[in-house]
Amino acid sequence: MKKSVFLGTLAATTVLAGVAFGGTLDDVKKRGELICGSNTGLTGFGMPDANGNWVGFDVDLCRAIAAAVLGDATKVKFVPTTGETRFTALQSGEVDVLVRNSTWTFSRDTELALDFVAVNYYDGQGFMVKKDLGVSSAKELDGATVCIQTGTTTELNLADFFKQNNISYTPVTVADDSEAQRQYLAGACDAYTTDASGLAASRATMPDAANHIILPEIISKEPLGPVVRHGDNNWGDVVRWTYFALLIAEEKGVTKANVDEVAASTADEEVKRLLGVSGDMGPKIGLSNDAFKNAIKAVGNYGEIFAANIGEGTTINLARGLNALWTQGGLQYAPPLR
Amino acid sequence: MAENFVRSQMLPPEAPPASQSGALSWVRENLFSGPLNTILTLLGLLSLYWLVSSSLPWWLNSVWHASSLGECRTIVAASAGEGATGACWAVIRERWHQFLFGFYPQDSYWRPVLALGLLFAALAPVLFAGQKRNLAIILGCVAVFLLITLPLGGAGLVAGLLVAVLLAALLALSQSRPQGLLWFTAIYPGLCFWLLWGGPIWTPIAALAGFVVLWVVFRLLSPRIGVPVAAGVGFVAAVLWWLFAMGPVVGTLAGLLPMGLPKVNSDQFGGFLLAITIGVTAISCSLPIGILLALGRQSDMIIVKALSVAFIEFIRGVPLITLLFTASLLLQYFLPPGTNFDIILRVIILVTLFASAYIAEVIRGGLAALPRGQYEAADALGLDYWQAQRLIILPQALKISIPGIVSSFIGLFKDTTLVAFVGLMDPLKGVTQIVRADINWKGIYWEPYIFVGAIFFVICFSMSRYSMYLERKLKTDHR
Repeated sequence: MKKSVFLGTLAATTVLAGVAFGGTLDDVKKRGELICGSNTGLTGFGMPDANGNWVGFDVDLCRAIAAAVLGDATKVKFVPTTGETRFTALQSGEVDVLVRNSTWTFSRDTELALDFVAVNYYDGQGFMVKKDLGVSSAKELDGATVCIQTGTTTELNLADFFKQNNISYTPVTVADDSEAQRQYLAGACDAYTTDASGLAASRATMPDAANHIILPEIISKEPLGPVVRHGDNNWGDVVRWTYFALLIAEEKGVTKANVDEVAASTADEEVKRLLGVSGDMGPKIGLSNDAFKNAIKAVGNYGEIFAANIGEGTTINLARGLNALWTQGGLQYAPPLR
Repeated sequence: MAENFVRSQMLPPEAPPASQSGALSWVRENLFSGPLNTILTLLGLLSLYWLVSSSLPWWLNSVWHASSLGECRTIVAASAGEGATGACWAVIRERWHQFLFGFYPQDSYWRPVLALGLLFAALAPVLFAGQKRNLAIILGCVAVFLLITLPLGGAGLVAGLLVAVLLAALLALSQSRPQGLLWFTAIYPGLCFWLLWGGPIWTPIAALAGFVVLWVVFRLLSPRIGVPVAAGVGFVAAVLWWLFAMGPVVGTLAGLLPMGLPKVNSDQFGGFLLAITIGVTAISCSLPIGILLALGRQSDMIIVKALSVAFIEFIRGVPLITLLFTASLLLQYFLPPGTNFDIILRVIILVTLFASAYIAEVIRGGLAALPRGQYEAADALGLDYWQAQRLIILPQALKISIPGIVSSFIGLFKDTTLVAFVGLMDPLKGVTQIVRADINWKGIYWEPYIFVGAIFFVICFSMSRYSMYLERKLKTDHR
């Protein structure tokens, strides 16, 4: 009885809070600063560097939103959130938007009263094994010991995969990525499983990277993307279309370097609308006309963000894969800007 | 008739037999006194050998200059051959400032350093009451520490001169009127807050003025309406001051005379700066609250007793992590939207409450250990409740509780690392995680832990040694 009263109160306050937060966009403008929920530290995606400046793939999206809303990509405050605190921090209004490699799932979208507005990285769970294990497919891992982080969806995916394929495994549970890497290198487990992007980053920093391979099977869908509070649709539109603007910019070849030049010279109607030369698109969602132009100018288009933080050429060296534009066989597809 | 032989002088003492003295005998007595001990000694030596032989190369091959873990590995492989392992201390060299200060602005490092130095100056009269020699030693050490660190931390000339004048004044005061140093201790919290967070200097001054309001009201009213009521009214007056009068006053003064330091936000705190800020505040607030709670639990007044028991048992029944999550998540739901109640402040309050409950029980143990006669003697002398507690009961009870109190403090200080779970940058997990997230240092494991662990050891061990010193100094019985 007491518990239900408490939970009821909590739910009621959440709803009230949701209503009271009706205008995140206005709040952000009034504050003059975007508060962005980020990771406490994930290689390539979001972390502070040696000088305390936040860098990474997710971080750049936050900066793009700040540039679009406030015209200045530096006006972002990053609040590090852990796996446990991230959604509550968003619900309670401590952060305006959460860009923290969070997987879009049914229950998070519905029960938690959150909205996933886009997918900025399509990830999936994979396996890494030592080359001399002589395995070339995850289905050959019968009887293997597998290092796995506890309390994550990867644990459930792993169980499902082995059950479906009628093979057995012994889990070696670890607390975090660094421990997993250590156990795996020390030979405590035959295979290490986590999101493929994480595996690539781990492999890139191993002393004998050439002796480890990432198996071809991807056993789960992990669409990662920015999250906003349910019910604040205008703010959701702002975040979603800022992201799409970065995609369209890549599609149309607009980059950080040439954005001003393109804006002055382009004949493409969609690019004109994108860069605020015509169409008054920004004001329709409460932004200025050059909002998207500012975003592109601050961080570059989607492809540039990808290349600078995690793409081929960086140490992490991830291929575009599913995250290539739809024109190049990937899944990144922006609706028309009109 | 046989001649009697009588020795006229003492024989010089013989050296004990070789088997009974010297290193050999010590070894035989202590390490090989029986079959079981012999086996244990051999096993101990074996494991020691194993431990040293397996980790020694790692320590010996330490690398200090490198810009990434990969570079460390290359250097180790080049100097000690392929397959050798070596510690990569370069990560500490590159990132030590984040372990110590988090994201605190680099050109302002002198501020936390100064706050730390002055912390010892403020603690000295409490730790070594009235001992002129010890006070001088501590203040001297503080001066030397600040002399070296302040210029490195980027302090300006003005700040340096002010600190020098302050320390000289404190030193003079410690030799003429050691009790006077307690005034510095009293204003230190305001000073420390101002140094760490910055802002106009009038904020801490106005906040301290609240205590003056409390004191004045208390002094004016206590002869007329009695001590407890006067204290209550004074407290209310002070709260009114803090809530309503302080803001405008600070605003006006800052407008008239803008003096202050650049503001630093709480989210820039991290590493040991964060751990020590939380730890020291919680430690110094939890002791008085704990004493009051312990007295409340022993009180005859039914409501006071019930409240104290309920508070203590509730807090002790809940894990610290739960309280931290409450601080970080739940409070936000109940506060009006848009309020930004500083996360560090929230955590400090909850950690203080947590520690107070434990301290209260430790002190209750001390109170319970006093013989009944002490209470009766105090009554027989005609002392009232507070006099009896202050002069007779608490000095003895606290002395008995010292080991328990200090061990609570040590535990509390180490518990500050748990704030990592609410997304704060504690030195052990928070900072280590961001360092590891850097692609250059990904995969590094032991070095950050060893570095942070060593600093924790130094701090906790010092606290423990001080408590032993205090026990010896206060020892008056003949046990």
